[in-house]
Amino acid sequence: MRPFTYERAADPKAAIAAASRPGAKFIAGGTNLLDLMKLEIERPTHLVDISRLPLKDIEDLPDGGLRIGAQALNSDVAADRRVRTRFPVVAQALLAGASAQLRNKASTGGNLMQRTRCPYFYDTAAACNKRQPGSGCAAIDGFNRIHAILGASDACIATNPSDMAVAMTAVEAQIELLGPDQLTRRVAIGDFYRLPGDTPHIETELRPGEMITAVTLPPPPPGRQVYRKVRDRASYEFALVSVAAIVSTDRRTVTGARVALGGVAHKPWRSLEAEAALAGRPATMATFSADADAAVAGARGRGHNDFKIELARRTLRRTLAHAALGE
Amino acid sequence: MNDEAMMIGRPINRVDGPLKVTGRATYAYEHWDVGQPLYGFIVGATIGRGRIVRIDASHAERSPGVRMVMTHGNAPAQGAIDPSVPSQYSRAYPVLAGPEVHHYGEPVALVVAATYEQARAAAPLVDVEYAVEPGRFDLAAHRDEVYAPEVINAGLPTDTSVGDFDAAFGSAEVKVDQRYTTPYGFSQPMEPHTCLVVPRGEDLVVYVSTQIVAEARTAIASTLRVDAERIRIVSPYVGGGFGSKLGVHAETILAALAARALNQPVKIAMTRQQVFQLVGLRPMSSQRVRLGAGRDGRLVAIGHDVVMYTSPRWEYAEQSAASTRALYAAPDRRTTHRLVPLDLPRGEDVRAPGDAPGLLAFESAIDELADALRMDPIELRIRNEPTLDPERGVPFSDRRLVECLREGARRFGWERRPTRPGSLRDGRWLVGYGVAAAMRMQFQMTSRARVGIAPDGVAVVQADMTDIGTGTYTIVTQVAADALGLPIDRVRVELGSSDFPAGAGSGGSWGASNTCTAVHRACEALREKLLASVQSDARSPLHGLDLRRAQLSGGRVTIDGASEALAEIVARNHPGGLAAEGEVPAMWEDPNYKAYSLHTYGAQFAEVGVDVDTAEIRLRRMLGVFAAGRFLNAKTARSQLIGGMTWGASMALLEEGVVDTRSGAFVYRDLAGYLVPVHADIPEIDAVLLDGFDDKANVLGAKGIGELGNCGANAAVANAVFNAVGVRVRDFPITLEKVLPGLPSVESRPSRSKTRARA
Repeated sequence: MRPFTYERAADPKAAIAAASRPGAKFIAGGTNLLDLMKLEIERPTHLVDISRLPLKDIEDLPDGGLRIGAQALNSDVAADRRVRTRFPVVAQALLAGASAQLRNKASTGGNLMQRTRCPYFYDTAAACNKRQPGSGCAAIDGFNRIHAILGASDACIATNPSDMAVAMTAVEAQIELLGPDQLTRRVAIGDFYRLPGDTPHIETELRPGEMITAVTLPPPPPGRQVYRKVRDRASYEFALVSVAAIVSTDRRTVTGARVALGGVAHKPWRSLEAEAALAGRPATMATFSADADAAVAGARGRGHNDFKIELARRTLRRTLAHAALGE
Repeated sequence: MNDEAMMIGRPINRVDGPLKVTGRATYAYEHWDVGQPLYGFIVGATIGRGRIVRIDASHAERSPGVRMVMTHGNAPAQGAIDPSVPSQYSRAYPVLAGPEVHHYGEPVALVVAATYEQARAAAPLVDVEYAVEPGRFDLAAHRDEVYAPEVINAGLPTDTSVGDFDAAFGSAEVKVDQRYTTPYGFSQPMEPHTCLVVPRGEDLVVYVSTQIVAEARTAIASTLRVDAERIRIVSPYVGGGFGSKLGVHAETILAALAARALNQPVKIAMTRQQVFQLVGLRPMSSQRVRLGAGRDGRLVAIGHDVVMYTSPRWEYAEQSAASTRALYAAPDRRTTHRLVPLDLPRGEDVRAPGDAPGLLAFESAIDELADALRMDPIELRIRNEPTLDPERGVPFSDRRLVECLREGARRFGWERRPTRPGSLRDGRWLVGYGVAAAMRMQFQMTSRARVGIAPDGVAVVQADMTDIGTGTYTIVTQVAADALGLPIDRVRVELGSSDFPAGAGSGGSWGASNTCTAVHRACEALREKLLASVQSDARSPLHGLDLRRAQLSGGRVTIDGASEALAEIVARNHPGGLAAEGEVPAMWEDPNYKAYSLHTYGAQFAEVGVDVDTAEIRLRRMLGVFAAGRFLNAKTARSQLIGGMTWGASMALLEEGVVDTRSGAFVYRDLAGYLVPVHADIPEIDAVLLDGFDDKANVLGAKGIGELGNCGANAAVANAVFNAVGVRVRDFPITLEKVLPGLPSVESRPSRSKTRARA
């Protein structure tokens, strides 16, 4: 770990100002950043602690949506009655993530910003275009069991590890950002995350000096919300594959669907193909099977992760059935 | 003493529990009374094999707080690795001894600084240039370099053969011939490997997290090329070992070298990532098991051939076919062990060495045979119960495997096991039951203990034995309390110091029976001395009475109604206190270990669910029934056995050290990537103790249990997975992608099932 200086920001304005310093980085719960700093994957020279900013509230919006402060803790969001009733998929995703201790520390904004768990990203002796642009990707020909099957590039096959972001993608969350100009802008979560392309080190649309202040959840779409996470052990592990699904039906016909997958791509993977393939179709296993096929049609394995294609297909099929039929 | 008054066997709480939960138990890194130490941080090689051609420490040396950077260029000369020293844990362990890199992560430098943070910050500034050489990192790719070691671990023979295996197997009516692979495994105790070395003139006080004090002392002395008397080892508390602290590692030697060079206390703790690279590991293995049987299920031929890797510099052959030699009867049999040198960290004992990976393969094969015979796997095992040790031809001292199997079957509800694999559904889960035998060889190693009693009537037990979290302090207290007739609060146990009589420490499941036997003998010797004092002391109310009728209880000596407190006897006759020593000989000097086959036994049962869509495998419940002679403390014994069973589930389903065969590095070097079970993975688990007394093992009738829980638990889980889905996975661990292709197709399956696993 490199030496660094530390300050606690008094208010969002001061935080933004402090972050303009070269080498500065925001820290909230630190559940990911500190590990990365110990391994010198992240090497900030100045930390701006934003965990005590007054951004912890979860507020009702007039349209029936919610505004979740960026510093609201994962455990508080998961336990919030409004989140649990209106956005159960978000609460389920949060509870499927990490451990109780980590959720008590991790913030909403920090969860959105967590880095990949690719082991080669963590190994500073290995090639990694995300950690060191231009150095190559050790995962492509390496041990790539947890890696991406959708949207990957020859520069990077890492996955985004967040569960919460997958659920938020399904509910079309908006991310509220405060910039160095002290102006606020909103970015749809689907646009916030980037695919790796040739620049896997640039993971989000966050601009230099910008800080996440809140996540707004628009009024929930109709239908049952389900988050399903598949992993090797029963808790405290990142998803091999996860599915956030919201499916509405009318007389056993699908009237609307939202589908996002986790653990399969560099970003939470909204499957518009799957959504389109469901609309107006009968709510049957045959439909869900065909839909799952559509969702993974463009998937590509890299060897150890080949199984994820079939796993994603089966998990999606079952989760859609659960959301549509309750089974 | 009547049984009700006995302390041995009682499930008393750990006597050191309050110290531990209040943070007052002092571990190696925490001895602050020695004064301000310097901190060392190890810099590891980033290549798997090659040479250092240039190393520039100047940048690191100028980093704030840095006191020294040690590399092979300035490290003191050290003793060489000497394979002729029989115990690998006593051998010299040279570090930074030359420019060669033998494995990824091997230390290439040590940075010593005023604070830990300064040392760690400077570590990446050590600039190392390597000449990379092609390394051997893949067992399968280098199998043609296989060789037979002279002996295998624990001094056991490399190969054994009885009768004519080939002929018997060739003509057997029913055959199983399968290959299994088990992965690299790590011990990963909660307390990483740590050491604090304090120079005292020419001497060194070494606070180290170790399982065997005496061997650590020898190894350090051999490495530093000093007299062992100059090394004092202090290791009162150890936060887990699982074999990985039987010997010393780089942090201990480097702390000693740096402390001597700087003449100041130096301490080093490995990071979790370093523990994956700088500590030995369980070898990956490829095992072929061949079973020949008649249609009646009687085995006629047993073959078990193991190939595993070894470090070329430091041979280690895990005894993975050793349990096969004594588990079931069959007239014709053969076991072999072969090694393939790979450029990886050395193999070392990881909890239940040999038995854990060996039984995983062998007891899977037995399950395959039961399936081939359409026979209940418990019945198959019972049908092959031997009357004598099938290879040595000697009687078993105390073998209760069949009783464990029957008792376990009854308690587990084995009759509800689906006889047809893949036929039991509970919602989205396919449910299966599995069973396997547990067996582990009993060891006895030379160990000594001292017991003293002071005029205040408090007995003090001293041995260099360690308590690695197992409960040694507690059971030793119980044994001494019984032998001296003292309440447990009048017994104080002091462990983990080279000032105390030497023994074989904690390892091989021998610690409890070795130490407790030595302590019992020391107490008997002390009792003789006490009674001799009474005999010669006219002031004692016991004077002149028949000492053969003496009873020690409640802190008093009683003879025919007359009694006197121990404290008074000691105070009057031995104002400076009275002490005695006891010893237990090594097994090769104990005729019982020649005349009998001594083992511990158990039966492991598991129920798993396999998700019919995703192939996620979840343990539903687990039961072990164990017979290991007399249990010294029912609570600590059960805790150890449950811990072992948990490890078994972990081996079957989760743990896998993955080598990147391009670099020789382990891909996952933390507990987020190298998976072990979390609480949610271990729902319902129980260990049942069939208490007994093995009079051939030792005077206490007790045998080792530290590893028995690991034995066969993995196979029980693996066999349950087969029973659940009808898919046999032979490359462990059983992860979902290996089961997924064998699941029923999602399209062909009815969407609902009315079947339920349990009423």
